[in-house]
Formats: sequence, C-alpha cells, structure tokens
Amino acid sequence: MKEIVIISGKGGTGKTSITASFAILAGSEAVIADCDVDAADMHLLMQPVIKKSVDFYSGVIALIDENKCTNCGICADICRFNAIPLVDNQHTVKDLDCEGCGYCAKVCPEKAITMYEQNVGDWFISQTKIENTLVHAKLGIGAENSGKLVAKVKKEANQIAEKEDKEYIIVDGSPGIGCPVVSSLSGANYAVLVTEPSMSGLHDLKRVYELVKKFNIKAGCIINKSDINLDMTNKVIQFLKEESITHISSLPYDESFTKAMTVGETIVEYDHSELKDLLVKSWEIVKLEVN
Amino acid sequence: MKIAFTAKGTEWNSEMDPRFGRTEYILVYDDEKDEFTSYDNREIENEAHGAGPKTSQQLFEMGPQVLITGNGPGGNAATVLEKAGIKIFIGAGTMTVKEAFEAYQNNNLKGF
Amino acid sequence: MKIAIASGKGGTGKTTLSTNLAAFFADKNQVVLADLDVEEPNSGLFITGKTEQIDVKYKMIPEWNEDTCTLCGKCQENCNFHAVIRLGSQILVFPELCHSCYACSELCPTNSLPMVKQRMGELKHIKSGKIDFIESRLDIGQEQAVPLIGQTIHYIESKFPKKTLKIFDAPPGTSCPVIEATKDVDFVILVTEPTPFGLHDLKLAVDTMVELGKPHAVVINRYGIGNNDVVDYCVENNIPILAKIPNSRKLAELYSKGELVYKELPEFKEELQKIETYILNLEIE
Repeated sequence: MKEIVIISGKGGTGKTSITASFAILAGSEAVIADCDVDAADMHLLMQPVIKKSVDFYSGVIALIDENKCTNCGICADICRFNAIPLVDNQHTVKDLDCEGCGYCAKVCPEKAITMYEQNVGDWFISQTKIENTLVHAKLGIGAENSGKLVAKVKKEANQIAEKEDKEYIIVDGSPGIGCPVVSSLSGANYAVLVTEPSMSGLHDLKRVYELVKKFNIKAGCIINKSDINLDMTNKVIQFLKEESITHISSLPYDESFTKAMTVGETIVEYDHSELKDLLVKSWEIVKLEVN
Repeated sequence: MKIAFTAKGTEWNSEMDPRFGRTEYILVYDDEKDEFTSYDNREIENEAHGAGPKTSQQLFEMGPQVLITGNGPGGNAATVLEKAGIKIFIGAGTMTVKEAFEAYQNNNLKGF
Repeated sequence: MKIAIASGKGGTGKTTLSTNLAAFFADKNQVVLADLDVEEPNSGLFITGKTEQIDVKYKMIPEWNEDTCTLCGKCQENCNFHAVIRLGSQILVFPELCHSCYACSELCPTNSLPMVKQRMGELKHIKSGKIDFIESRLDIGQEQAVPLIGQTIHYIESKFPKKTLKIFDAPPGTSCPVIEATKDVDFVILVTEPTPFGLHDLKLAVDTMVELGKPHAVVINRYGIGNNDVVDYCVENNIPILAKIPNSRKLAELYSKGELVYKELPEFKEELQKIETYILNLEIE
C-alpha cells in the first residue's frame, strides 16, 4: 500500500482537480483522503454519498459557570486575548477570541471556569460516484485545520485501505507549510507538487519542497497552466533539475478544467483528449515512481 | 545500548510507523539485556498541535541513544532530539521492527 | 474607511483585485493598501516604490532562566500548547508553538520564565505615488498569523486618518487569520469564481461574514467561465454583485508576469470603476 500526497503551497493551482482526476484513474485501487479541509472541494467532483459521519472535537475553550462566578475580573485581567469582556455585568467568554490557553481556569479563585473540548466540525466516510471510498471533513466557522484532523482523516483512510487491500491512498494535501502540511506529508511514500508558472507559484513551490526534502520523500512536479508564462515555466523546470525532482508533466492553460468542474466531472471524464492523455500519462508516471 | 523504534505494535514483527510525532507506539530495545520496553503513544491523536515535542519528550524519558523511524521528525521534535543527543536514522517506514533493526546493524539506514 | 478583500479559497484573484483597485483609486486619491496575507504576501510583487519604513515585529515568549529554575515542571503543566517542555535538567521553549498567553511565565513559582520579545516577522511600508503600501511577512517557521495581522492593522490605524480609504488584502479561508483581518473593517468584498468550487467556498465565506455581522458584497472573477449558480445564489440571498470581471487569458498572463492589469484591459477598468462608485457611495451613507 502506497500513500501519495498531492500538495501545492499556493491556492488556485488546480491541485484538487488533478487529485480528483487521479482518484478517478485509480478507481477501485485507491482510497481517497481529502486533507485540504480549509477548502474541501473534492466532494464536488467525487459526488460522495455519506456512509458515516462523526463529530470532530479539537482544542479547548473556556466556559464560565455563572453560578460560581463572582465577577472578580481576574480572568479578564490576565487574558491576553481580551476574550472575557463584561457583557450585561457578567464576564463572558467570546468563543471566537478564546485561544484555549487555560490560564483563566487556573487562576479563577472560585474555580468557576472549565475548559471544554470544542466541536469544530465533522469528518465523514463516503462512497464516491465510482464507488471508491473518500474520507473527508468539514470545519465550522473560525475553526482551524490542524495536524490532528489531518492525522485523523489519513488514519481512517489507511485503515480502510488496509482492510480492503487497496494499492494506493491518494491524499489531497493541506495548503501552506504549517502543522497540517507536516501531518499530510508524514507517512507518505510520494509527493506530487502542483504549481503554476507565476512568481508566487515558484516561491511557494520552493517553500513547500523544503518540507518534502526534510522528510526524505520522493517527489515529482506537475506544472499547470505551463504555457501562460514560458520564462517562468523554464525557471520552474530549472529548479526541478537542481533538486532532482521528477518533472511529471506540463499541462496547458485550459478552460476545460473549469468546464468539467461545472458539470461535476474531472477532466479525465470530460470529453477532452489532449488533457486527458496528459493526466493519464501523469498518473502512470506517478505509479511507476512510487513502486 | 538502547535503540528506539516508532511502530504500530509492540513486537519484533510489528510494522514500523513511518510517522514520528504521531507514532502509535514507541519501542525501546536494550541490546545488552536483550529486552523490549514499549510505550503506548496513541493518546497523541487527541493533540491538535505540538505532537512532535510531546513525543520527543516521552522518547527522552525512555533514554535511548538511537532512534529508528520512517520520515524523520519535524523541526520542533528534531530540536528536542538533538538536545537530548539522540542519533536519528530514517527510511525504515515500510519495514517491520525486526527488518529495521537489521537494516540499522548493516548500516543500510540513512542518518537524519 | 476600511475595506477588506477576502475569499473562501486561495487563487480566486484576491490579490489581482486588491492591487488593481488600489492603483486605480490612486489615480485620483490617496489610498492605503495592506497585504494581510502574512503567510504568503504576494501583493508586493505588483507594487514598486520608495521604502518609507521597515519595522521588525515581535511576539512575547518565555525565556528560561537556568539559575533560578528549580525544574519543578509547573510550566510544562501550565502550557496547553506543548510549547514549554522539561527535558531532563533543562527547559525548552518552542517559540512557534507559543501563543503568548503568559501562563507559564506568570505562574512560575520562581519567576524563571520572564517574557521577552522575539522576532516573528517584518512590516514594510512603501510609498508608490498616492499608494501607501503596507506588507507584513511572517518569518519562515512562524505559525501564528493572527498577532502579526493585529499589529499591522494597529500600525495603519495609528498612521493614517480615519477617512483615508484603506484596502486590506485578507488571507484566504474562513479561520482565525481572516477573522482577525476583517473584524474591524467597514465592508468586505468577497472575490469568487462562477464555478462549483467558487460557489462552495463563497458560501463558507458569506457564512463567516454573517456570523461576524459584516456588511459584504461579491465580485465575480473570470466571469463567463463556468455557470450562473453564483449569480443566482447572490440574488437569492440579496448579496450585491459589485462587478463581473470577464474571464481572460490575457489577464492571467499579465498576472503571472507581476504586472498591473487594468491599464492594459479596458473591460477590467470598467469593472473597477463600478466597485469604486459603490465604495464611495458607501462612505456617504
């Protein structure tokens, strides 16, 4: 069983469209994990039927028991996040501002403050339109993706893949370079880096590759919209050479991606031979590289 | 010498866990006493952030000189392990604990 | 007057709109443009000018005083973020995990963890014609955007009169950094694309703005591609659509080169004019 993670530092590079195409091409050989929880869009292309839904708790926030509270104000004084203002003469925690440090609970002389786990969203096990399994999640407002949620989604996907004897786990990785990405990459066998030839695209590619390199994960790169700026595409290719990253493919700027998405399809299902061929070849290369 | 492994179980034949911070178990093998100690680290899945430092601290308490793992620790965990003077070997993520130990003895693992 | 430009997901054209709108507005008036996407600030690629000020920005973290510490371990117990750890006979602090809550420091029985300043990033103030451009950038390895965003907004508020138009290029998503960047603005413009992904992420962004009680409107980027669902959604929910920026390969090309777009594309300029008119009328209200 091999775990393949698709990442891109920057948003809007087409990462999810490419991941979903791979998910379709892999068909019954793969379990899919959507760890891009901040913009979890994969379900729009995979049209999953939810089989199991579980509340997700993460992080703690403070809660004041008004019966015990004497409004002495110590909690409000020590709170560095101004999260405990006086509302109608009662100190009240503003959930969105509370960082969950627990300092207030420790200094409250009346022991009126407890820290409780927050329900920040749900995670799901679903069956997609081609009947493979998708593990995904949805977060509430102000809730942040975390290493914990990514690890949870990946763990479920792993268990299913093991039980059903699947060859691949395809992971739509989280954006950025923080804790969720570390968790997305941790345990992966291969990383597919998706980028676009713009200054910000190259900049973010370099940043995210630092992590991949540190984790000693073999990587390949897909340059999307490659014909939009040939100079920059050459710079990307140069970077790939220097770092010995496999250049999996260059995809042209093509509105078919969007047109396919509009009808809820991936590009490999949509009628477009050139792009489809490129993605089929890309997936074959990824399979060769990972095995 | 004590050698630590990140693993999915507590035996020689258990699979290695390629992850460091969120590994399910930590196994420590003492080659002088030919003895295993293990630590159940599964509680770590409740931690939103900071899994790496927490696991490294636990590892430190167990006193190994060498750590064998899969991908290698993230930045924070690496700092702790460096301070603790623990040597790290990576690339054993898809082996069993036994295979990982043999690979280490035969110098087939990469230093971090 | 403070306007935030936000979007549910990255890559919808938020930076293109912010930079071009600021430049367009600055053809006539003073304007402040702030890139609050401190993890990946990209607006600066489009703005060149004279550096007015560079400020190093700090956060407060505990620093271990070995001489007075008794290694009691209370700090480790008091830190909910695993940012302070006792390792044998030493205390380690992980600045990027630290939320600056002061609990370890103020609850230390021997005052062995005084809070000290630690660099988290840099604020740059650039003057380019009538644009005052402010960009803050988190240092690599720093994970918490919120304090830097807060300090950047504070800098802007102390530096410019209330009535000057300020455009905030907000970070993408719906989590804490976006909330920090939008919570004190007068109006939010949400940028989206007329596609299923765009609509899905727009709904999340709208829910966030409703929760925060922020008046908001939509600008549709790449109009003409995709379908009409975003327009229908806005109409049904009485959300004004300020502009529809036509889909154009040329725009993507200019963007990839780091160029301002509106001077080359008259149809884009017309849409900016509509947004400007709307914003200026807001001010009168």
